[in-house]
Amino acid sequence: MAAASKDLKIREFPVEENPTEHYLNAGKGLKSWLFTVDHKRIGLMYLASIILFFFVGGMLALALRIELWEPARTFMDADTYNRVFTLHGAIMVFLFIIPSIPAALGNFFLPMMLGAKDVAFPRLNLLSFWIYSIGALFTLYSIAYGGVDTGWTFYTPYSTSTGTAVISMTLGVFIMGFSSILTGINFIVTIHKMRAPGQTWGKLPLFLWSLYATSIIQVLATPNLAITFLLLILESTLGVGIFDPALGGDPVLYQHFFWFYSHPAVYIMIVPAFGIISEVISTFSKKTIFGYWLIALSSLAIAFIGFLVWGHHMFVSGQSELSTVIFSFLTFFVGIPTGIKILNWIATMYKGSIDLKTPMIYALMFLFLFSIGGFTGIMLGALSVNVHLHDTYYVVAHFHYVMMGGTVFAFLAGIHYWWPKMTGKMYNELWAKIASVILFIGFNVTFLPQFVMGSQGMPRRYYSYIEQFQTLHQTSTVGSWILGVGFIIVGIYLAISLFSKNNRASSNPWGARALEWMTTSPPAHHNFNHTPVVLHNPYDFHKPISEFRLGIDGSDGHHSSEDVSTPKEVGDKV
Amino acid sequence: MLETINRYILPQVSSTFAADVDALFTFINVTSVIILLGITVAIFYFSIKYRRKSEDDVTPVIRFNTMLEVTWITIPLILVLIVFAWGFRGYIDMRTPPGNAYEVYVTANSFFWQFTYPNGVQTTDELYVPAGRPVKLIMQSRDVIHSFFVPDFRIKQDVLPGRYTTLWFETLTSGEHVIFCTEYCGTGHSAMDGMVYALEPDEFNAWLNEQKELSERELPLAELGRNLYTSQGCAGCHSLDGSVVIGPTFQGLYGAERQFTDGTSRVADEEYLRESIKYPGRVINVGFNNIMPSYEGQLSDDQITAIIEFIKELE
Amino acid sequence: MANQNATHGESHVAHHFVDSEQQLDSSKLGMWLFLVTEVLFFGGLFVAYIVYRAWNPELFYMSAKELSTTLGAINTVVLIGSSLTIALAVRAAQLNQRALLSRYLIVTILLACVFLVIKYFEYTSKFAVGILPGEFYTYEGIDHPGAPIFFSIYYMMTGLHGLHVIIGIGLMVYLVVKARAGTYTAAYYTPVEVTALYWHLVDLIWIFLFPLLYLIE
Repeated sequence: MAAASKDLKIREFPVEENPTEHYLNAGKGLKSWLFTVDHKRIGLMYLASIILFFFVGGMLALALRIELWEPARTFMDADTYNRVFTLHGAIMVFLFIIPSIPAALGNFFLPMMLGAKDVAFPRLNLLSFWIYSIGALFTLYSIAYGGVDTGWTFYTPYSTSTGTAVISMTLGVFIMGFSSILTGINFIVTIHKMRAPGQTWGKLPLFLWSLYATSIIQVLATPNLAITFLLLILESTLGVGIFDPALGGDPVLYQHFFWFYSHPAVYIMIVPAFGIISEVISTFSKKTIFGYWLIALSSLAIAFIGFLVWGHHMFVSGQSELSTVIFSFLTFFVGIPTGIKILNWIATMYKGSIDLKTPMIYALMFLFLFSIGGFTGIMLGALSVNVHLHDTYYVVAHFHYVMMGGTVFAFLAGIHYWWPKMTGKMYNELWAKIASVILFIGFNVTFLPQFVMGSQGMPRRYYSYIEQFQTLHQTSTVGSWILGVGFIIVGIYLAISLFSKNNRASSNPWGARALEWMTTSPPAHHNFNHTPVVLHNPYDFHKPISEFRLGIDGSDGHHSSEDVSTPKEVGDKV
Repeated sequence: MLETINRYILPQVSSTFAADVDALFTFINVTSVIILLGITVAIFYFSIKYRRKSEDDVTPVIRFNTMLEVTWITIPLILVLIVFAWGFRGYIDMRTPPGNAYEVYVTANSFFWQFTYPNGVQTTDELYVPAGRPVKLIMQSRDVIHSFFVPDFRIKQDVLPGRYTTLWFETLTSGEHVIFCTEYCGTGHSAMDGMVYALEPDEFNAWLNEQKELSERELPLAELGRNLYTSQGCAGCHSLDGSVVIGPTFQGLYGAERQFTDGTSRVADEEYLRESIKYPGRVINVGFNNIMPSYEGQLSDDQITAIIEFIKELE
Repeated sequence: MANQNATHGESHVAHHFVDSEQQLDSSKLGMWLFLVTEVLFFGGLFVAYIVYRAWNPELFYMSAKELSTTLGAINTVVLIGSSLTIALAVRAAQLNQRALLSRYLIVTILLACVFLVIKYFEYTSKFAVGILPGEFYTYEGIDHPGAPIFFSIYYMMTGLHGLHVIIGIGLMVYLVVKARAGTYTAAYYTPVEVTALYWHLVDLIWIFLFPLLYLIE
């Protein structure tokens, strides 16, 4: 590491197109996947798992929407409905959205964007995938054992008095928490210690800044979720009484504990999405990102402020008026760094060379939908209005605009952006665009009516409702079918792209500048056939692409974060 | 135009808080729509004007603009501070009941509301209040957390076991308004609704006195049982017409053979009914959940006898 | 988490690291982050402790009287001693003194066992009089409506801490086996170092638990 930068012999390496050897054929058989320590394969296994759970969670959502077609019973009873919405929430939050971007796309691309061969602790990485799987098994067991009917928030004293499988479900989430913590630790250490020569903090792709902020939240917040659910389990089994008023405890304390994790968890879900949007907008505008440092640091600012605002979930819970007012005040300050990002993304498009490919379309849809999510968040932060809107469909619509319109649309942008890199295949662009439009329409038809219902006072988690709301509920249900069709189309053309023959993707189909595009598609077993050297910012679209294909001969070059800033050394081009 | 939109998306304005809450709601909506329109127009305009003409397009390097960023931070900051101050003022009003408020005690149960008036009168799922006078509710839950919500009043407050929470409101006129439970509480959560009846003050006093007399009158046992059936919330879960709501129906219950989840069975005699009211968790009927709260200590032995008499008459 | 060495024969540097320095740095940073999560994990219980103590100061005073300060103090000394011996073990590894390394590790394990034995006697003496967690609490010596709460918190905090001691013993037994086989040298002793970090944290948590639970004035 002490090697001075001037000793490095830097050459330009042309990228091999259509490689015959890559990480996908580096090993064969199930064992080569299940026991791999390759971060790319682990990322793909995560991707497969979360897609599976997204499908399950989505099916449950469709069932809920169909049940709400009629004001009273449509096809299931109240107990079933309560179990279904609990499972929908728990699966989407803990099994899908929290691991979605960091564990799947993050695992795959974090080392590549740093110019490293792997994450710092590859075996720990595999372990966290297994822990995640074990946690998921507990969740499935809870479903088989009779389901859980508490809502994904597991509020006491209902959760400790209901007879359903709360213990196995919270145990599953408790276990998955460790997976989240280990991934977070792994990412932080990797970003600190494994950067390629010249890859300084100022040259980190913004996706990595967002993963860095996310990992910090995961490491700091998840232990608290673990202890909360441990207390809940002890409460259910031993009756320790921490949250039980009959034994001198306080149920509101549970809510404080729960939201102290679960509010920062909201940023675990959304901050990685910001990173994808930064990459996609810059690449498809072919223009330097506007306000690099503001975007990078605002992720950290959001992570920090996110720890101070958990009480805004509890304005009417019976917490003291003083804390309610303080939490409301702090809540508004999350809006500022978020607003900065939106401005910078739009400013990046100004005078760009904008190519409306599918990832870019999803990113622009993200800007629109996430803005609505943000504005309605301001609405919910306003104290007197919150009292009216709390626990109504307004809240349901708000967090779906943030989580689905935000994170899921960004996730779709990321999948389409990196699909050629991950699989070496290109999907059908026309169908991808059609599906994106269907999803956008379906999403708004589903959730816009819910804002109206909520404003009118329709409470959430209601099995039956008064007839006044029926039209809006039915509109929303129709929207959910459109969404379903959209996702089926996405699934079909992505699957077809895998098995088609004549759609090999080039190594850099979008003309991007970040390191993951400077290797083959799909990448080599150890990511790069040479150690990359980073001289430029990943958003320097005004510089020729050849200046980004630099590296050192052999594979034992020095990884170092020292700045290699003298371009004179690049004299040895081939 | 705004008023037309608000009439469609907001419930009716029926308490002294409602107008202020709606005004803030509208302010945020209008501001948001203006900014959102700006964002959307910018996205469309840039996408068209700067669309890629060739793969060799060269774009300018624009890394930062301090003026733009400062403006974009300052304006939203001012806006959110306005929203905070406005919401804060409204919230403090909601949390500060006037001294002369009429007080009603509220007990939340799974899944019904009980209201106790100062003269001892009790009602279930129907709250009667004097119109145009501040009313303060002092609330407690007998089991899990519930939440008291009246959309027309723009008020909501969680109801906790083991301690009191309060809220207050003042209606503008007489009228009827729906109550919802907004904290998820189990099987009957969505059925845990009720009505607020705001009566003119003299009407309200007349109603109160009438109820007082009714409750003091000597009634035949079965009729007393019928009153308890409604006032104690049995009606929320047990129907009288054979339909299954949340618990078993009372029709034809007496003398019937009951099957339990532990495999045993028993004829529903007086002793069975008494036990089921006092210790509902001991045996559970097949097809039902163990969710009924115990009435041990809640009902006197005489009252339980009256309810049993009432059930017997339903044969 | 620090031993990716196993598959690489003589070289202790895993394929994706450039040199052993990068590897040791990474492992140490990872362990520190893990310790942060441990502190926060216990932090939840400390918050519960603070909240309930603020609500029931006299209960905490009365309940703490039931605990044996002598045994608690002995355990504190035992754990501080074990922190010293594991620090000496790290030093032995740095100086390549293999025999000394496994000896210090064994002493540390023995001290940890002493701690657990004392804890066992404390627990059983409480169980005997009916001081059990939560709804199993039957002791009548404390006249307070919320009496079980203190001991619920006591059992959860010391129980979780005890679990960490047991995990620590397991790690150290593994280290002894590996040390006997000659795995650790002055050039490579990362597992010893990170286990020592973990063990110091376990001690540190006890140093907070002891006054909070035993020494309430």
